[in-house]
Order: sequence, then structure tokens, then C-alpha cells
Amino acid sequence: MDSVIELDGLEVRFGQRAILKNLRASLTGKAIGLLGPNGAGKSTLLNTLLGFHKPTAGTARILGRDIRTHAREVRSLIGYMPENDSFIAGMSGVHFVRLMAELAGLPREHALERAHEAFFYVGLGEVRYRPLGTYSLGMKQAAKLAQAIAHGPKLLFLDEPTNGLDPPARSRMIQLIQEIRDRGDLQLLLSSHLLRDVEECCDQVLILKDGNVAAFCNLEEERRANRRFLEIETRGGVNGSFLATVEKLGCETAPGVQGRIKLILPDGLEVRRLYEVAADQSVQIRRLSRKRDSLEDIFLKAMETADGRL
Amino acid sequence: MAVYKKTYRPYEGALTPSWSRFLVIPRYAFEDLQRSKFLTIAFYASFLPPLIFLLLIYVQHNASVFSFLGAQGANRLISIDAGFFLRVLGWQCILALFLAAFVGPSQISPDLANNGLALYLARPFSRVEYVLGKMSVLMILLSMMTWVPGLLVFAYQGYMEGWDWTSANLRFATGIFFGSWIWILILSLMALALSAWVKWKPAAGGLIFGFIFVATGFGAIINGVQRTNWGYLLNVRFLVGSIWLWLFEGSNNTTGGAPFFAVNQGEELPLAWSWITLSLLCLVCFYMLARKIRGMEVVR
Repeated sequence: MDSVIELDGLEVRFGQRAILKNLRASLTGKAIGLLGPNGAGKSTLLNTLLGFHKPTAGTARILGRDIRTHAREVRSLIGYMPENDSFIAGMSGVHFVRLMAELAGLPREHALERAHEAFFYVGLGEVRYRPLGTYSLGMKQAAKLAQAIAHGPKLLFLDEPTNGLDPPARSRMIQLIQEIRDRGDLQLLLSSHLLRDVEECCDQVLILKDGNVAAFCNLEEERRANRRFLEIETRGGVNGSFLATVEKLGCETAPGVQGRIKLILPDGLEVRRLYEVAADQSVQIRRLSRKRDSLEDIFLKAMETADGRL
Repeated sequence: MAVYKKTYRPYEGALTPSWSRFLVIPRYAFEDLQRSKFLTIAFYASFLPPLIFLLLIYVQHNASVFSFLGAQGANRLISIDAGFFLRVLGWQCILALFLAAFVGPSQISPDLANNGLALYLARPFSRVEYVLGKMSVLMILLSMMTWVPGLLVFAYQGYMEGWDWTSANLRFATGIFFGSWIWILILSLMALALSAWVKWKPAAGGLIFGFIFVATGFGAIINGVQRTNWGYLLNVRFLVGSIWLWLFEGSNNTTGGAPFFAVNQGEELPLAWSWITLSLLCLVCFYMLARKIRGMEVVR
């Protein structure tokens, strides 16, 4: 699969301080999460990819374009929703998004049309003529998303998109991001320190710690793998015979105490088959749980690494 | 697609040429400026002096007005010479200073105060284009107030006097044009640089006045205490006025310069110092802009 973002020994220093240290990764997901504690270098990485900071060493490629040599072209492919409150003072919402679309190269009339569309899309259609300064925090976040998508980018950078939102507004924002992801017209890079946001929206995660890549995983694969890992609690029957039958089906098993068994199902074997075998052998399956290696586990493991280096 | 169909679709239409995108900024800025009644009135009021100068030229060439005033035998009421056009330039440029102090800070300060720069520069739009777009707002506005009316006054006088006068005094036209541009460039750069540095509109406007008038006071103190003329290096109006004098009259000064930009005879500094000081001022402004106009401010 072609890389969306390829980090090739990327290093950024501010003075003597190294902020990003020799980052190497090839991100191919439709929705890529950028996780890390505060100060890990998430925003610096986004800003470097946007060309706001010059790499001290190495480079990165976005959709095949080098950020050092094709910065302008790279920016034409990106829609950026910044973390902080960012807007142009004294403008109505639709006027602001239209200006941003025109600066991205859209002709006047197209820019206006798309500004209206973007505002309806993010749910601000009714307030699009109100001055931006009067918007609530949630509305400002949505307006930032509208300006990021109005010019039809190929890749969307979302920096802490749910920052400061109340639960309903957060849920709406996540829903919008998921919709954008599922439409498949553009790819996402979502930077957040909220694991839940990343887990709900992304299929690939890059975890940064102290400017290093602490972990890089494909959430989709993790989810798939997790679906095959089970823990069951059984009662009655002869456990040894049940275990042998289950192993014959291709499962890897690890018996525990009090009838507990850990299982890894082979591809193609459905859980229903386990119940059938158990019924044949008069074994009761009292509890069945999918043992998930959640994003939180992955994140915590990554944070345990001494300097965050993989 | 109708806007009520709340969905997202990629854009596949044509794009504007990238060289022309900086022109989006002045277009929006002028729409914004038009909403301010004060600025609109101030802008139109700035055309009063050129109208008065045009009237003076008309009177100068109208025998019936002479007879109405009871001055049938007189050749002229006023001299239309270098001093006359320096007065046109001086008045228009001082009015331009007032307008620049109001309009200039509103160009960059709000963008910096509201973190708007990241939004501009995250697009295929460079820092140079941003500054150029913002500067062009001031350049267009100040041009309309300075060299455009100045050249109209010159053209009217030329029309009244004929081709011989016009060709003999073309130096006044070039003086108005280039003299205005020197002032426009300095004002625009100063207004943008100071507003980028201060981020607060009223303070930035005050600083522009401060730099023009308070620095002049410091220069006068230096001149008084040290019994020298080098204090004029702090007086931007003096430095610009020296260059105007050279543009209008060459090295044989017959006037004391333009109003508000006076250069008293005997107090002149070598002309090269005016050029050097003003160039240094522009470089400092460029440096200030380069430091502040960034997508993301780095706190080291």
C-alpha cells in the first residue's frame, strides 16, 4: 500500500533542544492517529509536515511529495484544523471559510459555494452569517473543520479536534470525523492525547514519546487479532476431553484454574462451534470474554519504554 | 450540488494561478475597510487638498477671476513651481501617515492576536505572499492619496500651460511619483512591522505616530545638546524630505522643502545618509516581519 506519510529520519531541533528525534515510519492507514503525552512532539510533527518548522535532518514525504522540496504542493493537498482558537477577526463564518478556500486556490464563486456546503456539512448552516467572534467553543471547532475541508484536500490534519468540547459536541465531532473517514475521499491524521478519540476514529496509530516513535501499530489488525483471542469459563463434563476436541479444531489452548481456558481461534472458526462442542460434551460455557489488548494497553506499554525509542 | 445536501465532496474544478492568490487579501481588506464610516470619510476627505490645489491652478489661469479679484495687471497669484508641488506632496503624505496609522495595524495585528497566520500559511501560500498581500492594501490606498492626485494636479497644470512647460518640468512629475513611493514603502513596512510586533491595534497605531514624531523630538534634543545636525538621522520626515528636495530640485535647493517634511537650508545632511538610514529602517522592518510572520511561533 502507498504511504500517506513517510517519515525518513526526520529530526527537528529548536536551538540545542531536539524536539523530534530521527523519526522513521511509513503510515498507510486511512485514518492515522498521532498519540502521545503533552510535549511528546505531536504538534511539532504536524507543524513540520505543514512546513512551519524546517527539519534539521532527514525528511518526510506526504502522498509521495517531499516536504523539503515540494512544500507548496504538499500544502495544497492538506486541510489543517489547528488546535488553538484560530480565525480571522471581524468576519462572518461563511466569509471566513470562503477566504480560506480562495487562498487555497478556488475561484471566487466555487469558494463561496463550497463555504456554504462546508458549513452545512459541519452542522453550522444556520449560523453561517454570524460573526466568528460570537461563536461558542464547539461552533468554533466546527468552523475550523469547515475551513479545513472547504477546498477539498486529500489529507486532513486534525490537531486535538475535540479539545474543550462538551460530550454532545464531542460526539458530533467524532461522528463527523468518522463520516469523513468512511466516505474515503480523503485521509486523516488525527493528533490527540485522548485515547478514546483515536480509538474511535483511526485504523493506525503512531505513538510519540519525548520526540521518538514509542509505538506504531495497526489498530485494525490489533482488533482483528483480538477477535481471535478468547477466555472461557467452563463447568461440568470432562475438561480434558473438551480441550482435546477444541485443539482438534485448530485452537491453541491454555487451561487455567477453576475451568478457565484461554483460547486462540484459528481463522475461519466461529465461536458458535465452541458452544456446539461444549453441548456435545455436556460442558457449560458460563462466561466467554474477548481478551482485548486495548489501545490503552498499547499506549501504556509504549510509555513504559525508558526513552520512548522502539 | 445544493447546500442542503449535507455531505462532503472533493473539489475537482480549476484552480486560480498561484501568483494571483496574494490579491485575495487586498480584495477582502477593502471590503472590510469600506464598512468603516470613519475610514471612508477620512479617505474621501484626503482629496480636499488636491481639489484646493486644482482650484488654485484654475484661478491662476483664469483672467476673469483676476479681474473679479481686482488684480487685472498681475501676472500671477502664486508661483506654480517646485515649492507648489512639494506642498501638494507634503500635505498628501502627511494625510497618508494618519490613514496608514489607522489602517496598517488592522492588517496584521488581528491575525496574530487570533492565531490566524497558521490558517493562511497552512495553504499553498507563502509568508512573502502574505506580507505582499497585506502591504498591497496599504500601497493601493496610499497611492490613491499621494501620487495619483499629485500627478493629476501636475497634469492639469501641464494642460493649462502647454507642452513646453510640461516637458521642462517633468522632474516634478517624477519627483511626485518616486517621492510618494519612498514614503508609501516606509509607511507600509513600518505599519506592518510594528503591528506584527505589538499585536494590539491601538498600540501599533500609537507606535507609528511615536516613531515619526517622538523620534523627531529625540533628534532635536541631540541636535540641541551636541550642537550638531546628525540628530536629524532620527527624523524620518527630514530624511524623506531631503530625498524629495533632491528629486525636485537636484542639488540646487531653493525651497525649505515640503510642509511637514521641511529641510532648513544650511542644516542638510549628506544625501547618502538619508538613503542609508531609510534603507536600514526598511531592513529592520523586514527583519521584524520575518521574525513574526510564521505559521507557528517557536518558544525556545
